[in-house]
Amino acid sequence: MIIKRITVYPGLNKNGEKEGFEELKIVSGNTVSIVGPTGSGKSSLVNDIEMLTQGDTITGRKIFINGKIPPSSFRQDPSKNPIVLITQHTNFLADLPIDEFLRIHAKARRIAAEGTVERTIYLTNKLTGEKVHEKMRMTSLSGGQTRAMMIADAIVIGQAPIVLLDEIENAGIFKKEAMEMVRTEGKIILFVTHDPVVALLCDIRLVMKNGGIVKVHRTTELEKKARKRIIEQDILLSVVRERVRRGEVLSF
Amino acid sequence: MKLMNFAGPPSAGKTAVIKNIIRKLYPQVKVAYLKIDVVMAFEKEELQRDFADLPIQIVYAGDLCPDHASVMVMKDAIQWAMREGSELLIVESAGLCLRCSPYLNQGLGVIVLSMLGGMNSPLKMGPMVSLADIAVVTKVDLISQAEREVFREKIREVSRSIRIYEVNALQGTGTSRLMTELDGMTDIDVDTLKLKGVPPLGVCTICIGKKDIGWDNHFGVIRKLEGADYLYRGE
Repeated sequence: MIIKRITVYPGLNKNGEKEGFEELKIVSGNTVSIVGPTGSGKSSLVNDIEMLTQGDTITGRKIFINGKIPPSSFRQDPSKNPIVLITQHTNFLADLPIDEFLRIHAKARRIAAEGTVERTIYLTNKLTGEKVHEKMRMTSLSGGQTRAMMIADAIVIGQAPIVLLDEIENAGIFKKEAMEMVRTEGKIILFVTHDPVVALLCDIRLVMKNGGIVKVHRTTELEKKARKRIIEQDILLSVVRERVRRGEVLSF
Repeated sequence: MKLMNFAGPPSAGKTAVIKNIIRKLYPQVKVAYLKIDVVMAFEKEELQRDFADLPIQIVYAGDLCPDHASVMVMKDAIQWAMREGSELLIVESAGLCLRCSPYLNQGLGVIVLSMLGGMNSPLKMGPMVSLADIAVVTKVDLISQAEREVFREKIREVSRSIRIYEVNALQGTGTSRLMTELDGMTDIDVDTLKLKGVPPLGVCTICIGKKDIGWDNHFGVIRKLEGADYLYRGE
């Protein structure tokens, strides 16, 4: 099935009041950021979308795909699931070596391409400071390695038209590289984020408060102009961050 | 009356899943609940807090294997639930040695699993997974989507036809989808009820309560460790 759009129908916030919108359409090619303080319901929103909830989560939201209730096969068969979710987890609990885990995941998603495991590990290592190798156990990975692997796995094995990312900037992975890897033409991407650069790079910004969406904002032209300057400063900061991490002494 | 048989290792979340199901039905649909446990069960107080008029029975197996006990009391339980006028009987097993499966040839057999028990746990449980109609995977909020999908594949290795549902039983997330299983269920016929799988037999002298160890002190149909692939195989 070709995914043209997701529609979110409002649920209730933590006080039991209806959210501040009637229906939210996200069409293919849109990038969306979800912002708001911790505890405001950002992760719940992406989890609702991943579960394709029909009113059975705590929020009561409903999620439609292409204007309809999605078929149950989307949830029953990972190879038909059009969504990948990179959760906020910073450790795996799967007691398997990396290569075995990735092989089984590729089988579940019916990815038969040769070199799938190698490519996933290669991409993981492009996102993380300390390298991982195929015989390491999933449970031994650090927080950053875990998240880097989740992103690489979502790209190579998930291969889904809808990507949900819960705090890409977390745990010290290379944010810019990760965003570039994920952003492909025609995908719907939702970023839960505290990072202004990630938020400004998106077309739509959802502002969350007290468990509900309070504002749907489309990035203005003025914001797009300001974006360039903010990104430059962010790059400077990330260069400094890397140098400090490597143990260099700064001299400016 | 319809019947659901729940099995699964301890702490997988069987009672929590059952509670969510009852919450969707009670009090419109008349549900009865039977728990078979070994020495202690807290389900009665726990369920009565939420569902005051729910008919509940707790059976302690004591020194009898709880899964064998469940086979013995099943018919009594069905008759009891029918006398109560129940439309659905939910039976929860103790979930101990993981070798038995309490499922019957009618009704719905449900295995409740969480990945926290280990990625290969479905493969270790044999008939408890392979003979179940549906698998409910709990605590999914604690793991990544990739891990959920790999765990699903591990369950599929044991049973191709099993239908898998993922829930967060603490919040009830995912229960609605699980409830669709109840739509297709038909009433049971008590006279033709039979176990789906063969439980390990109780035919040795350990089964009747002898505490001695070693082959010299016991007799029965079991074989010695050496050269035996299986100590005994049933029907």
